[in-house]
Amino acid sequence: MGAPATPPPVLTARSLVKDFRGFRAVDGVDLDVADGAVHALVGPNGAGKTTLFHLLTGFHRPTAGRIHVGGRDLTGKSPEQVARHGVARSFQTTSLFPQMTPREHLELALQAGTTLGWRFWRSDRALRRFTGRALDLLDQVGLAAHADEPAGALAYGRKRALELALALALDPRVLLLDEPTAGMGTEDLTRTIELIQRIRAGRTVVMVEHNMSVVAALADRVTVLQAGQVLVEGPYAEVRRDPRVISAYLGDAHAAH
Amino acid sequence: MLQQAFNGLVGGAFYALLALGLSVIFGMLRVVNFAHGSFYMLGAFGAYVLLDSLGLNFWVALVTVPLLLGAAGMLVERVFVRRLTRLDPLYGFLFTFGLALILQDAVKHRYGVQSQPYPRPSALSGSLDLGLFDYPAYQVFVLAVSLLTCAATWLILTRTRVGTIVRAATERPELTRALGIDVGRWVAPVFGFGVALAGLAGVLAAPMRAVNPLMGADLIITVFAVVVIGGLGSIFGSVTAGFAIGLITALGDLYVPALSQTLVFVVMAAVLLWRPAGLFGREEAAL
Ligand SMILES: Nc1ncnc2c1ncn2[C@@H]1O[C@H](COP(=O)(O)OP(=O)(O)OP(=O)(O)O)[C@@H](O)[C@H]1O
Ligand SMILES: [Mg+2]
Repeated sequence: MGAPATPPPVLTARSLVKDFRGFRAVDGVDLDVADGAVHALVGPNGAGKTTLFHLLTGFHRPTAGRIHVGGRDLTGKSPEQVARHGVARSFQTTSLFPQMTPREHLELALQAGTTLGWRFWRSDRALRRFTGRALDLLDQVGLAAHADEPAGALAYGRKRALELALALALDPRVLLLDEPTAGMGTEDLTRTIELIQRIRAGRTVVMVEHNMSVVAALADRVTVLQAGQVLVEGPYAEVRRDPRVISAYLGDAHAAH
Repeated sequence: MLQQAFNGLVGGAFYALLALGLSVIFGMLRVVNFAHGSFYMLGAFGAYVLLDSLGLNFWVALVTVPLLLGAAGMLVERVFVRRLTRLDPLYGFLFTFGLALILQDAVKHRYGVQSQPYPRPSALSGSLDLGLFDYPAYQVFVLAVSLLTCAATWLILTRTRVGTIVRAATERPELTRALGIDVGRWVAPVFGFGVALAGLAGVLAAPMRAVNPLMGADLIITVFAVVVIGGLGSIFGSVTAGFAIGLITALGDLYVPALSQTLVFVVMAAVLLWRPAGLFGREEAAL
């Protein structure tokens, strides 16, 4: 569905820098993510991909640089403010409330968008009005049959699906997924690719991904990070042939052995 | 023996209130509040000062002292603790420990180390016929207030929206924030609430225990053991362990008086060997 002119970016980062006690994990990154695109972020371990996500979602405060989403300056905003501006994220390692059921997860996420105010005595039964929408979302990610099991007991692939549903519950404009397919077998992998294909409609997706076949299947554009800097940026077909990328990955593979 | 068991439950009522406050605070802030015993002591002194200099009776103190201490707790969180939570947990430890010493010495400086008298409220001065034995009405009242407070806290945490948020933030603060929930807004109220519980325990203690600057320091060591036994951060665990330890120490006192002081720690060691995260703690929660 390539539009004739490139749509304006919905998310931009300018000269982002993040220092950890003198170690520069993100080193002057510029990023433009086009509205409606699936944009993959790849790079060797320790390249700064997750740190970049933490910067974009307010979990880390940038040492320097600016972040805009939909024209609004989100630099230095808190994670909850960023979430309320329509940027949802998932975490690299599975992050759920083990005791809560998938349905309760979604009820919690759905009410986050409404105002609770200080009326803390409000019964949690008020959350039930979100049940219909919660079950809808669970159905979308194929978890309808597991709505009332404790999340801690779900199989790994289902946990990952629940994380996607949680992010979707915020009805985000931009969805940041940190390695959504990490550690999956082929069956879960195929299902997740299909799922992301479906949920991308009407949104922008930025995903950190190590699996190149997933990147090939989903991404319109790819940014390659290395040592905190953008090495290459472009459409997948171009990026994969870029000699710098090949050597970065081979170098990484050698280092791993 | 039955009567001694009842004594144990009344003692446990204090452990439970204090352990509950510590647990709620630890769960939300990941800060072990070493000043908790001092807030308990301030609760008792608050009741004493209200009566001594303002002539306000026990019932007024029972309501106002926890509220005032809760507000003071919120202030302490806003001004000090908040700045430390981003740093190494050691700073939180040092701060609350220092605060405990400062509060204790300030009271010692003003009132000396001797115990101050505090009368029982006249409505509760008699004793109650519990069927098997007569028991001081005031002690029954303490037990009832503690049980009701623990039950109310449990209901707030499990049945209200803010309870759901606090539980979520306790378990996965980052995920909770990523869902757009302003966790920070509830941190000071939770800290204040925990402090208010300590203050309430202090007011309840005033008519039946010696009101002196060291009363918190003596008690809090046992309360830390209670929290560890129940499982750090586990609400249910701290309350149950509070009453259980009260019972065990009282009965221990009856049979092996020489051991009564160390019994708690023997129990703690045994529980930790069996379940390193405490009775109701999860391995994860133990960090
Ligand atoms: N909080 C932190 N304090 C200090 N150093 C950090 C911190 N977070 C990340 N780093 C360092 O920053 C670098 C980038 O880490 P990051 O997690 O962003 O890499 P990544 O690209 O996501 O890697 P992976 O593919 O392994 O997930 C690493 O060297 C890491 O050790
Ligand atoms: Mg990462």
